[in-house]
Amino acid sequence: MTAAPLVRQAAEVVLAMSLAPLFIGWIAQCRAWLQNRSAPPLLQPWRTLRKLFWKDATLAEHASPLFRLTPYVLFGTMVLAAAIIPTVATNLPFAWVADAIALVGLFATARVFISLAAMDIGTAFGTLGARREMMVGFLAEPALLMVFFNAFLISGSTALPSVVERLAAPPFIIYPSLAFAGVAFVMVLLAENARLPIDNPATHLELTMIHEAMVLEYSARHLALVEWASALKLFNYACLGFALFVPWGLASRDSGPGAVLVAVVALLLKLGAAGAVLALVETVSAKLRIFRAPEFLAMAFLLAVLGLLVHLLLGA
Amino acid sequence: MVPPPSFTAQLLNLFAAGLLLISFAMLSQRRTRSLILLFGLQGAILVASTTLVAYSAGLRHLYFSAGLTLVLKVCLLPWILLRLVDRLEAQWDSEPLINIPTTMLIGVGLVIFAFGLAQPISALATTITRNTLGIALAIILLAFVMMITRRKAVTQVMGFLAMENGLFFAATSATYGMPMVVELGIALDVLVGVFILGIFFFQIREQFESLDLQHLENLKEE
Repeated sequence: MTAAPLVRQAAEVVLAMSLAPLFIGWIAQCRAWLQNRSAPPLLQPWRTLRKLFWKDATLAEHASPLFRLTPYVLFGTMVLAAAIIPTVATNLPFAWVADAIALVGLFATARVFISLAAMDIGTAFGTLGARREMMVGFLAEPALLMVFFNAFLISGSTALPSVVERLAAPPFIIYPSLAFAGVAFVMVLLAENARLPIDNPATHLELTMIHEAMVLEYSARHLALVEWASALKLFNYACLGFALFVPWGLASRDSGPGAVLVAVVALLLKLGAAGAVLALVETVSAKLRIFRAPEFLAMAFLLAVLGLLVHLLLGA
Repeated sequence: MVPPPSFTAQLLNLFAAGLLLISFAMLSQRRTRSLILLFGLQGAILVASTTLVAYSAGLRHLYFSAGLTLVLKVCLLPWILLRLVDRLEAQWDSEPLINIPTTMLIGVGLVIFAFGLAQPISALATTITRNTLGIALAIILLAFVMMITRRKAVTQVMGFLAMENGLFFAATSATYGMPMVVELGIALDVLVGVFILGIFFFQIREQFESLDLQHLENLKEE
């Protein structure tokens, strides 16, 4: 095995790591514009990360090693996920290592760790957040799997690169099942990334918060890693969405550096559009009561199942 | 591997899927106002798909039915209903009889049932749209469910209108639409029906000070 594929893989991961905070910044900007506020600069998340990395960490008195370990586990799983998801090219060595089902498992690992760490300190907020996170998570996971099954049925493979190559292949075919799956995927994305109908990303002290409640005890470099990991998670979900629903523009197996450049530009365009749409969705929707969340996610699950049905029964 | 269907057929399948998606959205919608907007959107997709069928099959009378749908179901009926809801102050529906996830599950079951039912019929049909007959039946059944599970009069009428959409779609997909006279008759019926039901709404509210139809089930003791 030569070094060249590994270099390309590393470049892809670095790209994902650097773009993820920018994506968060872009969404924040769009939201601010839509709400008639003056927008924070695009680089704001990066500045926050830098500030946090320079600070000294404070740990709670009774924190166990698990609490200190968790930020690194979170960051590690999200970086690995970024390596698996075909962001700009399909012929990267890591992309073929694990399929989409393993990817769901990877996200679940991260969720278990952050929930355990939140309960570790023993504060009320942490436990509360962890329980809510698990409730949202166990409902979102089957819905996500069902969305994946829609794409798997069409492409006949569970490996993401081959799904992308199959869907982007020239004879352009409309798959009605993917319309259902797309709606379901957006709902899962919002729920899993603590975005508005389920959780408010703009709040830091509120009884109804989920993600923020779990990371309340973290400070400095730990908090920076946790925040960076959640930015990466959103970025990963967005890229998953692109891979399944708008796979065009990705560099395929036998294409030169020019195609990669095109793919990067395409990725930036898609991210820009997705960020604007996310900001719009978040601006027009109000936060759901926590007990409405199961209903929201049940709908996502059923829509994905409907997609499967339409695919099987319509024969299209 | 099966060759992919023609682009028109794909587009029709997409429209059909969109109609089904909106049916489910209506089933899960609590706000009457959004329900009416969804109904308008469903009408718009119906217009698009009817126009496409008319174009691909070269049938002139289908253009007329598409135009009729556009005027009646996309513009006129939603406008009337929105005004009614405003004047009745009935923006919110009360909690449906069955909770919404269960309703959706029932809906998924009905979709399977409808596809099973439509299979032998669509095997006989020769139209370009024969695959979508199952979806049309599913839309009708989902509208039935909506009429059954909702309590308020306005939402039940919405169910009735959605069912009419489904019937129209079924006619287009099975036999390229009904004769013009029948279609005109149905359109007039629906319009008059909505007018009469609108008057009923006011009467019901006058009597019971609510649009909840459960009040109608009580016997009067005199």
